Amino acid sequence: MDQLSDDRSFATAGKVQPGNSADMTALDLSRLITAAADTIADHAEELTALDQAIGDGDHGLNMKRGFEAVRTEADAFAAKPLPEALKAIGTKLVMTVGGASGPLFGTLFLALGREISADPDRADLTAAFGKAIEAVAARGKSQVGQKTLLDVLQPVHDALAGGMTAAEIADIADAAAEATVPMKALRGRASFLGDRSIGHMDAGARSTALLVRTLAHIIGDKG
Amino acid sequence: MSNVGIVIVSHSPLVAEGTADMVRQMVGDEVPLAWCGGNGHGGLGTTVEAIMGAIDKAWSEAGVAILVDLGGAETNSEMAVEMIGEPRAQKIIVCNAPIVEGAVMAATEASGGASLKEVVATAHELSPS
Repeated sequence: MDQLSDDRSFATAGKVQPGNSADMTALDLSRLITAAADTIADHAEELTALDQAIGDGDHGLNMKRGFEAVRTEADAFAAKPLPEALKAIGTKLVMTVGGASGPLFGTLFLALGREISADPDRADLTAAFGKAIEAVAARGKSQVGQKTLLDVLQPVHDALAGGMTAAEIADIADAAAEATVPMKALRGRASFLGDRSIGHMDAGARSTALLVRTLAHIIGDKG
Repeated sequence: MSNVGIVIVSHSPLVAEGTADMVRQMVGDEVPLAWCGGNGHGGLGTTVEAIMGAIDKAWSEAGVAILVDLGGAETNSEMAVEMIGEPRAQKIIVCNAPIVEGAVMAATEASGGASLKEVVATAHELSPS
């Protein structure tokens, strides 16, 4: 419980002022990348601990490595049109995160980049996000309910589609990650544990919720 | 070389190299062979970059069969194939088979000049599903 009431991701992202424009400016994207990397770095040990409980224990370190690699090229990525920037981020994550998380999170951004328009409104973002979730599901040969990041991604998509505010979406993401605790893992290393995977939060679901909260806080409701 | 190539992808470089040794014992140099393992930082794991490199090394116009150990190795291998892209991607198949037995059986089949489809089918015979 304590880990979800932990507010550090907001505190970190709080240094960043939301832009006024509805456009995703280069500056915004650079700030989003920095805030996401900060959040992952701040929570790396927690993510590793979650993964150690029911996985191979490399999630925190892997995610941190990947997001730090993205951070070092944040300005270059942010200078690209949004679809190209997202694809570049996805490729970077694929090549640097490692584990199964690299292809899964990388595919999320790669597919988002393929599907999104250069200047998306909320409907565009929602539709592209839905396609990206399908790509992640295909990559992981998984579906909702199997104790994976999909169990956070799908409720976030539905909240986006349902017109929820950014703050509501962040809360939904946290609750969705929490809801993986009683689930039995059906994919990944955790599935080897069978019923013993019950009672632990999925590390990928947690990192997804952390990223959603960070990004939602900065983007706010302007989209 | 026109025989199908074999790539071995394990989380452990020791497992990957050892499996490759067992393959070499069976088929010598008749089959293009490459292996990779480890997270690139001294730990266990697999990386897309290393897998893409291994595919290049074992590349054959007849195709490449990849043998993997655990989930991340499979996911990263599929990602590597996608990033290599067409036209080569259609000639690369990630096998659903135990890594050691699959590699040795697949390589033995490949050494006789079998097609990629036949090589992969031989590996798949080792899987219960």
